Amino acid sequence: MENPYLPYPVRIDDIEIATEDKSLKTFKFVFLNEGDEEKFAYQAGQFAELSIPGVGEIPIGIASSPVEKGFVKFTVFRTGVVTSYLHNMKVGDIMGLRGPLGNWYPWDKLEGKNVVIIGGGFAFTTLRSSIVYMLDPANRSKFGNIDVVYGARSPGMLLYREELYEWEKRSDINMHITVDGTDDPDWKYNKGFVPQIVEEKAPQADADTFAIVCGPPIMIKFTQPALTKLGYGPDQIIMSLENRMKCGIGMCGRCNIGKELVCKDGPVFTLEEINMTPKEY
Amino acid sequence: MKFITIDKKDWAKGIDKSRGTYQLFGPVTDINGCQIKALDADVQPEMEYTDSVLSAKSVLFPQSEKILVTSLNEADDDHHIMKRADGDYTPRAVIGIRPYDARAIQLVKMNFDTEDYRDPYWCDAYEATTFVGLAINKPGPLDFSTSTGTGPFSEDGLDILLADMDDKFLAKVLTPKGEAYAAACGFNTEADAKESQVLFDVMRKDAEKTISSSVETDKLKDKTILDLYEAPFWDDVAFSCINCGTCTYVCPTCWCFDIQDENKLKASSRFRNWDTCMSPLFTRHATGHNPRGEKTMRVRQRFMHKLKYFLDKYDSGIMCVGCGRCVKSCPVNIDIRQVCETMNNYEKKE
Repeated sequence: MENPYLPYPVRIDDIEIATEDKSLKTFKFVFLNEGDEEKFAYQAGQFAELSIPGVGEIPIGIASSPVEKGFVKFTVFRTGVVTSYLHNMKVGDIMGLRGPLGNWYPWDKLEGKNVVIIGGGFAFTTLRSSIVYMLDPANRSKFGNIDVVYGARSPGMLLYREELYEWEKRSDINMHITVDGTDDPDWKYNKGFVPQIVEEKAPQADADTFAIVCGPPIMIKFTQPALTKLGYGPDQIIMSLENRMKCGIGMCGRCNIGKELVCKDGPVFTLEEINMTPKEY
Repeated sequence: MKFITIDKKDWAKGIDKSRGTYQLFGPVTDINGCQIKALDADVQPEMEYTDSVLSAKSVLFPQSEKILVTSLNEADDDHHIMKRADGDYTPRAVIGIRPYDARAIQLVKMNFDTEDYRDPYWCDAYEATTFVGLAINKPGPLDFSTSTGTGPFSEDGLDILLADMDDKFLAKVLTPKGEAYAAACGFNTEADAKESQVLFDVMRKDAEKTISSSVETDKLKDKTILDLYEAPFWDDVAFSCINCGTCTYVCPTCWCFDIQDENKLKASSRFRNWDTCMSPLFTRHATGHNPRGEKTMRVRQRFMHKLKYFLDKYDSGIMCVGCGRCVKSCPVNIDIRQVCETMNNYEKKE
């Protein structure tokens, strides 16, 4: 990247409301300039700065997968100045995309291993990217068993519902979808919080099984003991952190946990690494 | 190594001569005290100054810098497509920079010029700059630079080092950049190299002898980050702090910044501005959650960054050059030397 602050120009190609409360929308972007998509080559687990001229930038995990070509996707929760502005933008609008940034889930290390994906709420974006990547016909044989525990408050708050239900039907991935609660009598999946479902449904740990955990702090807090009970060591628990960021390239100084910068040395760390740093996230 | 003598009678003329090819920065006094600023055509650097309130970091890292621009007018072909803002990267020289400030720029360079990313604004400015240092004959009472890997006659990061010898400057020309600048000034009275070096050594020793203040950092490396982070003294260190951020602004090695957009009618600019880890906003998430929400956490972050994280990450000493500015400017007398001593001597009780 010649100037790491200069975003690639992109056009909003599609906007989809992602949850029933409309607080999340999925934006599909296409690059305006030929060649930029190749320069933006990314891995599942990385993030990018969505850059709106005149408004500002936000660091968001990439929800599309490296095996999906021709576009990139981000699912964004409306919460601050930039995300609120973005939620009001239209298909066809021009903005910027800066990245890909940060490290990714350790795909080299995970090759030949069983992978347990654990996600909660709207922290499922880079996990979706990961699942699509692993399920790709070119990649599926590289991994052992794939288990997914994903939970949200209610069925309507689950992200990527169509895809979840498709994956549920497949035999090469074990889905454990759950909601905190629902009064839908036809709900045929789990009910209960993510840590509880992890304890009940996730596979016991062995040397060849790794867990990737992404979710709100409260879910992470209670999922850790559940995984420990199942025998997962701190080096087998892989997490993605979030912190306030500006530059995304390790220079502006705010997102550090100890000497590690979440934007550049992370956002992906093993629990073993996190245990060595101050918990400033 | 080449030495040049410059008679002070010829100094101003030489400086003026260099303005043809160099944009000049140097110490000038305004209502806010002595600052290192861009020099207007009729202004000479004040070479008698003792110390500037702010460091020389702004020569490469302005307090506010326009980095990108675009038009928000949809009638324009390239609306909402950001471009690099125009910047002036023609040769510039900073005259009279103190050796510790030059060392600080070398430390800051580790942040802006990395294997993975090159910050084009800082790096382009750095490459355009010639650093003409002024040795410190009489270090002030707060100067502890000799214990931080620099000193009153340190040459690190400089292209020329000037020593003030009353009626003349003795200049040690350290790099081709320095040579080019001396030539642009027309300073070419060569002095005997051996003799001059002896003179420099004597003056350096005299200056170093007058420094009475120091920090011990020898034991910081062997402590773990978590032991220091969890040490019980941080509330005491932070007790009087009012989080004003002055220490971070006057510090020559503080590089943290913020990025903000600003619009004027349909013209949009993206700026980077100095920021401070003393502000709660620095780390506050959009959700309201703040990983460094308490004052103590922010004070700890500043000292841990300077004295431990940086040390561990780069293995190039601490991120402090001993200029003493933060000690002098702190409104509640927090003293980095004391904090450093507390950290260096801390032993975790088992």
